[in-house]
Amino acid sequence: MHELSIVMSIVDLATKEAAKHHASAIEEIELDIGCLSGIDMDSFDFAWQQAVKRTILEKANRKVNRIEGSARCSDCDTHFKMVQLYDSCPNCKSHLAEIVRGKELKVKSLVLPD
Amino acid sequence: MCATCGCGPTSHHEHDHGHSHENTQKTGKTIVDVEQDILQENNLLAARNRGFFEGRNILAINLVSSPGSGKTSLLERTLTDLKGTLSFAVIEGDQQTANDADRIHATGTKVTQINTGKGCHLDAHMVLHAVQGMKLSADSVLFIENVGNLVCPAMFDLGEQERAVVISVTEGEDKPLKYPDMFHTSTLCIINKTDLLPYVKFNVEKAKEYARQVNPSLEIIELSCTSGEGMQQWYDWLKSKVLTPA
Repeated sequence: MHELSIVMSIVDLATKEAAKHHASAIEEIELDIGCLSGIDMDSFDFAWQQAVKRTILEKANRKVNRIEGSARCSDCDTHFKMVQLYDSCPNCKSHLAEIVRGKELKVKSLVLPD
Repeated sequence: MCATCGCGPTSHHEHDHGHSHENTQKTGKTIVDVEQDILQENNLLAARNRGFFEGRNILAINLVSSPGSGKTSLLERTLTDLKGTLSFAVIEGDQQTANDADRIHATGTKVTQINTGKGCHLDAHMVLHAVQGMKLSADSVLFIENVGNLVCPAMFDLGEQERAVVISVTEGEDKPLKYPDMFHTSTLCIINKTDLLPYVKFNVEKAKEYARQVNPSLEIIELSCTSGEGMQQWYDWLKSKVLTPA
């Protein structure tokens, strides 16, 4: 249940950013969560409901961009979609690949009320 | 969330995370482009730990596994066998009890116990505080035994140089495929309890194949803390990672 730690980090980060702008609430938060980032979205949703209570994010609308995994084969340079970390290159079957996208775990933006 | 000093999210160490951009829409609402990694706080503290370790030539190894794979037994035997050869210290991470720290202490090794309470993993912040109280000697090896959990600790860099994932032959050989994140982020895989192979259906070659599918550069050592088989290979690996001072 590391998702709880992740949500608490988001609350922490959002609280600091909002304070910089003297905002007392956040209307919307946009997150990038890659499909290879190790986050289980069901656990994340559950943790979110609990962890945002009585915080600046309690009423915030949450927008999550799920970013599909993609990788570049280190042997033949083929770019391919990676669903699991053990997916092999569809061209040469090599497992030696560099992940290009899908590990994202980021707060992209906040919308603050006027 | 801090289990070692009680400091919470609001009193966390402050870091300046660069700048953010904002623009105000016609509606009067402000959009702030944050663009920050959620794990940034942990990663910064991990970098700080790593710098401390490098400066003192301390080899920090994060030991991860599911509960009961034999991490503590591996440490007990290693600390006993290599006593006088290398200088060691240990950080033990468990949700509750100081049982593991007591076992390490019995080998005569400096040890600190971190109890995470409800926490399912160690983070860089906990390790930072543990290290502050340890007076680690230079040119030593620091084992950080993580909470027994093959999922959560994978995401949290502690500042270690090496991450060793331990599995035992009493588990399924498909562990690397079921828990790929942990194997993906590890540098060494130890297959423990090989003395039990005659009694279980564990296929070592399959396990190694799966582990390398997830992480082709993963080093793999098979050993038994009970019989001692394979321990020499582990000790050789350990010594090869220790930078002896010039």
